[in-house]
Amino acid sequence: MKPSKAWVIIVSVILLLVGIRMSIGQGMARAYVERVDQSVEVKANDKHGASTEKWTEWHSVAPKKFEAAQMADQSQTKIVFSLANTIGLWLAAFFTLAIFSFLYRDNPGYRLAEAVIIGVSAAYWGVVGFWDTLVPKLFGALTPTLVHDQVLPSLPAPSIGQVVAMYFALALGLMLLMRLAPKGGWISLWPIAFIIGVTAGLKIVSHVESDLVAQSVATFKPLVQPVVGAEGGWMLWPTIWASLKNILLVVGVLCCLTYFFFSVEHKGVAGRAARIGIMYLMITFGAAFGFTVMGRVALLAARIEFLFDDWLWLIDPAGKRIVEVATAAGSMLCWW
Amino acid sequence: MSKLLSILESLDRRWIFLAMAISVAGPILYIGITGKTLPETPTPAARAVYKEIEALPPGTPVLLSFDFDPASGGELIPMATSLVHQCAARRLRMVFIALWPLGPQLIDETIKRVILADYPDLKEGVDYVNVGFQSGNEAVMKVMLTDFAKAFPITKNGIAVGDVVALQGIQRVLDFPLLITISAGYPGAKEWIQYVVSSSGGKIKMVTGCTGVQTSALYPYYPNQLSGLLGAIKGAAEYESLVNSSLAPNDTSAAIPAKYLEAQRRMGPQLGAHLLMIALIILGNIAYFAQRKSKVRATS
Amino acid sequence: MKRLVPMWIAIIAGFVMLLSAFFPITESLGETVGDVFNVVAAIAFILGAGSLAKVNLAKISRRDQGWGYAAITLICFAITLVVGLGKIGVPPNTQFPLLAWSGEKNADGSIFGWIYEFALVPITSTMFALLAFYVASAAFRAFRAKNLEAILLLSTAFIILLGRTFAGVVLTGWLPDWASGLRLENLSVYIMQVFNTAGNRAIIIGIALGVTATSLRILLGVDRSWMGSGD
Repeated sequence: MKPSKAWVIIVSVILLLVGIRMSIGQGMARAYVERVDQSVEVKANDKHGASTEKWTEWHSVAPKKFEAAQMADQSQTKIVFSLANTIGLWLAAFFTLAIFSFLYRDNPGYRLAEAVIIGVSAAYWGVVGFWDTLVPKLFGALTPTLVHDQVLPSLPAPSIGQVVAMYFALALGLMLLMRLAPKGGWISLWPIAFIIGVTAGLKIVSHVESDLVAQSVATFKPLVQPVVGAEGGWMLWPTIWASLKNILLVVGVLCCLTYFFFSVEHKGVAGRAARIGIMYLMITFGAAFGFTVMGRVALLAARIEFLFDDWLWLIDPAGKRIVEVATAAGSMLCWW
Repeated sequence: MSKLLSILESLDRRWIFLAMAISVAGPILYIGITGKTLPETPTPAARAVYKEIEALPPGTPVLLSFDFDPASGGELIPMATSLVHQCAARRLRMVFIALWPLGPQLIDETIKRVILADYPDLKEGVDYVNVGFQSGNEAVMKVMLTDFAKAFPITKNGIAVGDVVALQGIQRVLDFPLLITISAGYPGAKEWIQYVVSSSGGKIKMVTGCTGVQTSALYPYYPNQLSGLLGAIKGAAEYESLVNSSLAPNDTSAAIPAKYLEAQRRMGPQLGAHLLMIALIILGNIAYFAQRKSKVRATS
Repeated sequence: MKRLVPMWIAIIAGFVMLLSAFFPITESLGETVGDVFNVVAAIAFILGAGSLAKVNLAKISRRDQGWGYAAITLICFAITLVVGLGKIGVPPNTQFPLLAWSGEKNADGSIFGWIYEFALVPITSTMFALLAFYVASAAFRAFRAKNLEAILLLSTAFIILLGRTFAGVVLTGWLPDWASGLRLENLSVYIMQVFNTAGNRAIIIGIALGVTATSLRILLGVDRSWMGSGD
C-alpha cells in the first residue's frame, strides 16, 4: 500500500471517530461561564463622592459545575453556555491539529497557525512590557499624577533620583527605537553599549563566584570518604562506594578540563586524560539526551491530553464532568 | 529477513511519527479511563525539595519565581501545583514573581487551582501575593539583592508592595530564607544560582523544578548551591507522590484530587514513548549494521 | 565619535555594576543602573514588536511570496496590541473600581486573556511538543553504535530512559539489596551525580572562564566586535 493511500485511510478513520464522538454521549467541546455580580462600596474623597459600583463578571467554570447547577434547577441562569469560550476551545483544537499537521508536510493550516503566533506573541510581549514595567516604573516616575489618577493609585511618589534615572532610561529607550527609523539608526548603538556593559559587569562577578570558584571548590572532595556505622567503625562497602564516587568525580572533572585545554597537544598523558574526558562527556550527552526526550514527551502528552480531555471529552482525568466519559469512550471503542 | 531490513532502511519517517503518537496516546487513554497511575520512588534530589520546604515554620516568607511559559507547561505546571500545595499546607507566606512575561498568568492559574480551591482560608495579600512580572532578567535579580520594592514596585492587583502584609519585613531578596524557582530556561534556575544564591553567602537556600533539557546542566550545583532539584516530569511525579502521601497518608490514590496526580498520570505515556525510543534506536542500528555488512560483502 | 562614545558607555556601565558588587558605597548606584536596564529591556519589547510590524509591512507592500501570511501576522499583532493596551473587556479592579485602567489586562472575560488561552497557549505548547516526534525520527536514523564514544552515549541514554520510568523497576527491581546499586533507577541517579556532574562541571568552568575573559575584554575596551564593522 502506498503511504499516501494509507494516510488518507488513517485520517478518514480519525475524522469518522471524531464525528461519531460528537454524536454520542454528552457531545464534546463546550465551555461554560459563571456570572459573578460585583458590588463595591467606594468611599468619598476630594475627587468624587461615596458610591456603590456594580458590575457583572463572567468566570470560566468546568462543565461539571454547569451540570450540577442544571440538575438542581433547570431554569438557572447563573452558569451558562459560553459561545466565545466554546469557539475559543475549537480554535485551540484547530491550532493544535494544524501544528501537528506539519508532521505530514508543510501546509497552509500550519503556516496560518505560525503566522498567528508570531503576531500574537510579539504584541503580547509588548503589552506586558508596557503595563508591567513601563507604566509603574517609567511613567510612574515621569508622569506620576496621571499614573496615580488613572492606573495605580497606591504607587508611591518617585524620588528625585528615580525621576532622573527614568529620564536617562527614556533617552536610551528612544535611541533604541531609532533602529526602526530610516536614518539615524547608528544612535541605537548607545543603548546597546549600555546593555552590553551592564551585562558584562554583572557576568564577571557572577560567573567567577558561582561557576568558577564554587564549582572548583565542590570538586575538591576527599578521595577516601569514610562512612561510619552505628558502632563507630568504618563500613567497608559503603566507604568503598562513596570513595569511588568521589574519585570518579574528581578524575572526571580533571579529564574533561584537560580535553577543553587546547594549549597543550593532546598526546601522552594529556592525550589519555583527554580521551577519558571525551568518554565522560559522551555519558553527559547521553544523559542530557535522555532527559530531553523525557521533556519533549511530557509536552506532547499534555497536548494529547488537551485533545482527549478538553476537546473530545473522551477522558476525564481531572474530573471536570459529572457523567462518566469512559462510557462514551467505551462505546466508541466497541464500535471501532 | 532482507525484506524487513529493506523496509527499515527506507521507512517513511511519518510512520515513526505515528508510532510515537500511538505510544503516547494509548497510555493517556488507558490512564484517563481507568484512573490508574504507576508507583513512584522519590530520589534524594526530590526528597531534598520536600524536606527544605517542610523544615520552614508556618508564616515563613518564601519566594516562588515562575520562570516559564505555557510551552513548558506539560512538565512544569504539575511541579508548580505540588510546590504551591505543600507551601499552602505548611501555611508559608508565598510571594510569587515571574521573570518571564507569561509567568504571571501561570501564577494566577496555579493560585486558582490550589489556593482558592483547597485553601480558601488563606488571604490574598496576607498569606500570598502575586507580584507579577518585571523585564530585565538578571538585572532584576541584581536590583532585588538590595531593594525588593524597587525591582517589583506593585503587585499584579495594582497595590504598592509597601502596603502588602505578605511582604512585611522583606527589604531585599535575601530576607527570604527559601527561594523556589520553576524554570524553563533563561532566565531561570541557573541565573538565580549565579546572581542571588552564590552572592548570598549561604543566607538563602534554593530549590528548583526544571525542564528535562535543563536538568543535566543543573546537577553540578546540587547539593552545594542548589538544595533540591526536580528534574523533568519524573522529578515532578516523585515530588507529587511525596506531597500527596504526606498530606493525606491514609488516602488511596482514588481519594486524591485528580489535579494533584497530573505528573504521575503523565508517567504512563512517558513509559510508552521511552520504550518506543529504545526500540527505534535498536531497529535503526540493526538496519545500519546489516546494510554495512552487505556493502562489505559486495566490495569483497 | 560613533564608536568612541558607545565604547565608553559600555565601560562605565560595566564598571559601575562590577564595583557595586565589591564596595557598599556604590551599591545604590549599581541598583539604579540595574533599574534603568530593566526599563530599557521593556522598551526593547516594543522595539521587537515594531521591528516585526516593519518587516511584515515591507513584505506586504512588495507582494513577496507568502505576503498573505504576513498580513495575518500583522492583523493578529494589531488586534492583540489594541485589546491589550486598551484593556478591552477587562472588568474593573475591585480595589479601585472608579479607575478606568486599573483592571488586570488578562482577567477572566478580557479579550487579551481569551487570546492567551485559546491562541498563545495551544500554538506555543504544540510547537514545542512537535520536537518529540523529531527526536524519535532522529534516534532511528542517526543514533549509530559506530564506536566506543557512541556506545557510551547510547548506553547512558538507555539507562536514563529506562531508569526514569517504571520500566527500570520492572526490569531490575528483582536484584537483591546488596546489588541495589545496579538497579536501573539507582544507576540513573549515580550517572547524574557522578559522570554527568563531572562532565557538566567542566563545561560550566570552561564557560565561566570564557565569559569572564570576554567581559573583561569588553570592559577594558579591547573587544569592540559587538559594535559591528560599520561606522
